[in-house]
Amino acid sequence: MQMLPPVNKRYTGWRLFLMTVWGRAYPRVVGMQRERSWILFDILLPMLGVSAYVFVYRAIGAPEDYVGFVIVGGAMTAFWMNVMWSMASQLFWEKEQGNLALYIIAPGPMMASLLGMAIGGLFATTLRAAAIIILGSLLFNVSYAVTNLPLMILVFFVAMTALYGMGMATSSLFLLLSREAWHIANLAQEPIYLLSGFYFPIKNYPFWIAAAGSLIPLTLGLDAMRQLAFTSGPSLGFISVPLELGVLFVLAVIFLFISRLLLNYMEKLAVREGRLTESRA
Amino acid sequence: MNQLNKFFRSFSTAAWLGWKIESNWTDPFLFSVYSIIKPLAGAFILVVMYGVIAKGNFSTPIFAYLYIGNAFYRYVGDVVTGVSWAIIDDREHYRTLKYVYVAPISIPFYLMGRGIARVVTSTFSVLVIMLVGVSFLQLNFDIQKVDWPLFLVTLVIGIVMLAMLGLILAGITLMLAQHQYSIGDAVAGALYLFSGAIFPLEVLPAWLRPVGYVIPVSYWLELIRRALVGNIAQAFPTFTGLSNIQLLAIMVGLAVVFGVLAVFIFRLCDRMARERGLIDLTTNY
Repeated sequence: MQMLPPVNKRYTGWRLFLMTVWGRAYPRVVGMQRERSWILFDILLPMLGVSAYVFVYRAIGAPEDYVGFVIVGGAMTAFWMNVMWSMASQLFWEKEQGNLALYIIAPGPMMASLLGMAIGGLFATTLRAAAIIILGSLLFNVSYAVTNLPLMILVFFVAMTALYGMGMATSSLFLLLSREAWHIANLAQEPIYLLSGFYFPIKNYPFWIAAAGSLIPLTLGLDAMRQLAFTSGPSLGFISVPLELGVLFVLAVIFLFISRLLLNYMEKLAVREGRLTESRA
Repeated sequence: MNQLNKFFRSFSTAAWLGWKIESNWTDPFLFSVYSIIKPLAGAFILVVMYGVIAKGNFSTPIFAYLYIGNAFYRYVGDVVTGVSWAIIDDREHYRTLKYVYVAPISIPFYLMGRGIARVVTSTFSVLVIMLVGVSFLQLNFDIQKVDWPLFLVTLVIGIVMLAMLGLILAGITLMLAQHQYSIGDAVAGALYLFSGAIFPLEVLPAWLRPVGYVIPVSYWLELIRRALVGNIAQAFPTFTGLSNIQLLAIMVGLAVVFGVLAVFIFRLCDRMARERGLIDLTTNY
């Protein structure tokens, strides 16, 4: 087994920050290569649910673009699940396993650890989502009409920045919630799929419900990507793509700022009370 | 007699323990909200999908078909995964499985008891989903036309059958170190797709339909629909050639087959897990 070289030089500042980011992203990226059984569970499992929804649309005679909406929405569930279970819940798991104290003691900044988790998770999940889209599109003969690929890629990355920023913010929040974290992460599935329009365009909601759903970055990201990828997309879009991109950008900045604030608060609490890292499992 | 007493004691104590584990993390109000929001949101994903295409016409047979199928599918996911999840909970989380094993109880009945505890929350969810459907979505359901004997017999046999399916999964879970968390969801997802829970089996490609015909859950959901909304259920061609008695006989036959299979598979996995020292395996995976 190839090991990372020992650290002989003491780094500080941005070098330490980047090394921490890489150090935390590394197991998530490399883990996919070493443990390939994810291909079966992380692709085929979401495909079962996605297929069921595709057949529902076919049973009720929906236009074929809706099949594509379901495939893209189903792929995006991978990102939501990753954010909930591998970002928001991560610090809570680390506490349960007894690792959180080590994170706090280590010289690397916690913000860099969270960023590393996000980058590693994003990389791994993008591969899964891409596999779901390719497999689903081939199985159900989905046809795309991508009008502006660079804009679509930009929307995706801004949406992901906002989403993983949200995950970074909620990781501190979930840690403070302790035992309820698991239940909240579990609860934040179907209601979020419903509110964010994972399987249908959110334009069908009254404006203010769709606007409330837009606080979750995937909602606007998904809506914009559908508008850019399908023939009927623009007519079923909630608001214009440039406006959605602007809102996503603002959400990204806000969530990253909140994550910084919450992380500082959590670290202070850990030092002051000395009980934050104790496991109560 | 002593053996029967042991089975009942294992089952009832595990069911009570399971209920406590399910509900003890919060106050009753929050637990009720939690038990309502998640299943109702799941049902409303289908409602919105259907409503978008059908322009809000919810009084059609296909809507009743998918809405009722989805509501009662709660039992499938909860009971099947509940039984296998008991292994994960006791072995990985509470780390008590080895103590359960040395106690004078029947392990299969203990595991089924743990799964059955979820029937209470499932029933609550199903009732709420049905109530919302009737009250707000013009669900084509008349309580006076319900065939209650057929409904109750089907429900009870179905839950026993689901517990036996869960036992098969529990045996497999005993043998797994990785992906044990996903296997229940995988099976529940496959059953959701192939049992015609939310669409008639005719919608599946012809080569996939036979999978639905060998799954007892397909017959169970069809009987539930016939008992609740008989005229609507018979509007779809999948099982129209079969009477209620024939469907019931097929379901019982398949339940017996899967039951025997469950006992055999669980014994095999249990023996192998003991031989390999997996009973107290903690993977932290």
